[in-house]
Amino acid sequence: MSADCPLPQDDYPTVQLAHGGGGRLMRQLLDGLILPTLRPEGARGLHDAAYLEELPPGAQLAFTTDSYVVRPLFFPGGDIGGLAVHGTINDLAMAGARALALSVSLILEEGLSMATLRRVLGSLRQAADGAGVRVVTGDTKVVERGRADGLYINTAGIGVVPAGVCVHPDRIRPGDALLVSGDIARHGMAVLARREGLEFEAAIDSDCQPLWGTVAALLDAGIDLHCLRDPTRGGLASALVELAREARTDLLVEEAAVPLAPPVAAACELLGIDPLHVACEGRLVAFVPAAQANRALDVLRAAPGGAQAALIGVVSAGSGRVTLRSPYGTDRPLDLPAGELLPRIC
Amino acid sequence: MSTAEYRDPAAVHRLCEVIACSVSRPWTLMEICGGQTHAILRAGLDRLLPQALTLVHGPGCPVCVTPLEVIDQAIALAGRPEVVLCSFGDMLRVPGSASDLLAARAAGGDVRAVYSPLDALALAQRESQRQVVFFAVGFETTAPAAAAAVRQAHALGLGNFSLLMAEVRVPPAIEAILGASDNRIQGFLTAGHVCAVMGQGEYASLVERFAVPMVVTGFEPVDILLGVLRCVRQLEAGQARLENAYPRAVQADGNPAARALIGEVFEPVTRRWRGLGALPGGGLGLRPAYADFDAARRFGLADTPQPDHADCHAGEVLQGRLRPDACPAFGRQCTPQRPLGAPMVSSEGACAAYYRYHGAAA
Repeated sequence: MSADCPLPQDDYPTVQLAHGGGGRLMRQLLDGLILPTLRPEGARGLHDAAYLEELPPGAQLAFTTDSYVVRPLFFPGGDIGGLAVHGTINDLAMAGARALALSVSLILEEGLSMATLRRVLGSLRQAADGAGVRVVTGDTKVVERGRADGLYINTAGIGVVPAGVCVHPDRIRPGDALLVSGDIARHGMAVLARREGLEFEAAIDSDCQPLWGTVAALLDAGIDLHCLRDPTRGGLASALVELAREARTDLLVEEAAVPLAPPVAAACELLGIDPLHVACEGRLVAFVPAAQANRALDVLRAAPGGAQAALIGVVSAGSGRVTLRSPYGTDRPLDLPAGELLPRIC
Repeated sequence: MSTAEYRDPAAVHRLCEVIACSVSRPWTLMEICGGQTHAILRAGLDRLLPQALTLVHGPGCPVCVTPLEVIDQAIALAGRPEVVLCSFGDMLRVPGSASDLLAARAAGGDVRAVYSPLDALALAQRESQRQVVFFAVGFETTAPAAAAAVRQAHALGLGNFSLLMAEVRVPPAIEAILGASDNRIQGFLTAGHVCAVMGQGEYASLVERFAVPMVVTGFEPVDILLGVLRCVRQLEAGQARLENAYPRAVQADGNPAARALIGEVFEPVTRRWRGLGALPGGGLGLRPAYADFDAARRFGLADTPQPDHADCHAGEVLQGRLRPDACPAFGRQCTPQRPLGAPMVSSEGACAAYYRYHGAAA
């Protein structure tokens, strides 16, 4: 250590602008924290871009990206690091794709504590390991204090769709059963409760988790998956309204069949929020042939977080309308939420 | 407390049958509270009740009855660099005469959604160099918390906390509706939560004066149907009494501690309601001892009545004279994304209830 360098650079307790400057401090951040934690690995080592292995015959590539700006960074049941991995691999899984490789881009705010960054990177790594996906490339930028909210993450993912698998709204058919893989609205309410300092009698944990395992189990069980969607922003209502429009079929959903944990239901009621509009981050809706519905439900119920998986509706020929049937037998149209319900939950 | 028994489908259907058997001719009832309007449409009770029974939706949505000029005052406050404007989230998308609070925020105003006036008070303590204004919108249900915040600010000597007063009182609105020469409302379901605070006394005198049955009613489907049944039975028997169909929440004298708090800090004042005009006693204002906490006074805000949007019939909707889906603008020029008036955007607004539960097409 030289005299003009009174501190070991990796001892900076907070992120400095120079950590994104391309110079020595940036090298320190990469070599001292980011690379050892994320351990990016391409098929042929590190380079400006990553090489990926060859695809098996008949397989198809899928590609997606998402940015994560959740506030607060840490919430009951998860944090922005895990979310950034799970969100992107779940988007791939909804296309029937197993995630092969992720990129991770960090936008750090000057002054962010290194301990926070270390913790987020740790859970990012853990989530990637848990889901069996490699981080192969990335980028780090630092912006001035006040120009970001601690830390934003962008991840992009490449996945492989096994030969013969086609999961797409085009395949939704009249008569299909509509299943949901667990109780809904946990993630949005967990983030909201933490952010607003709301205390409920029973804690609400986010449902943030990877879904490829569940999708793979359904495929392995021989379920002909017509379509999948993870009801994230806008909740179950948005997912179903969008799918009905894309597929140009009608959906009938039984309100009483939609699984909801009692603390989540109570919190939604207290705040005047419709749980159908609240995001999940570890749930999927699946459209399957009616004859396979029970078998698919068994698979979903055996999957993590799937104890409450349920058949919630049916598809009929139509023009893209979603109808919600109340416990009293009365019907109402289900529509997209109007606006800024819960900003920055993912 | 479990609400399951008040949502039981079998009980709902049984009550609907009993009501159908009790009705021998057409009756028109008004549920005063927008929360009840939403519960009715959400559960589809309007479709389960006999056709002879018409439920008219009342002005019980505080956000909806707040006149344009007060929203304009809030927007003007939000534009002042020293002000943090705190509001219930419901109010943020309600259009003023030219803009709304979300637009004021996008333009750089410090507008924050809070769940309670006490949150705004805590903010004023944390940010002592800012002027924190709480947009006090609500019925008698929200007044106790607003009063508590003012009393606490007074005790703490906080000079940077104030209320933009838009608190309203329900009984003068009922009086205005029943006193209209062309009134068609034959029975009232009164708002259970308001009575839980204020008690039933004010309603007993209205029943006596106008000879109209009133039933204190709760918010779950079974509660609402019980209120309807009690009201219909009175009408069929030619009676006009005050009844309490919500005894699990409402005592005769309400919540004396909350009433005392309201009475200490606030006093009834004349206030303009959208659709109903200036109602004597229709609002709550700060008593002289607490007048320093009045934002309109502190910031010298202009208070010039503004007309509603020319195509907006919110006034008629709020008086129960126009069904929301009969409004020419409903679902066309006026949607929750681009509301012409507050009832289309508030979570208690009747237009929002029809749009959400009956769909855009009238």
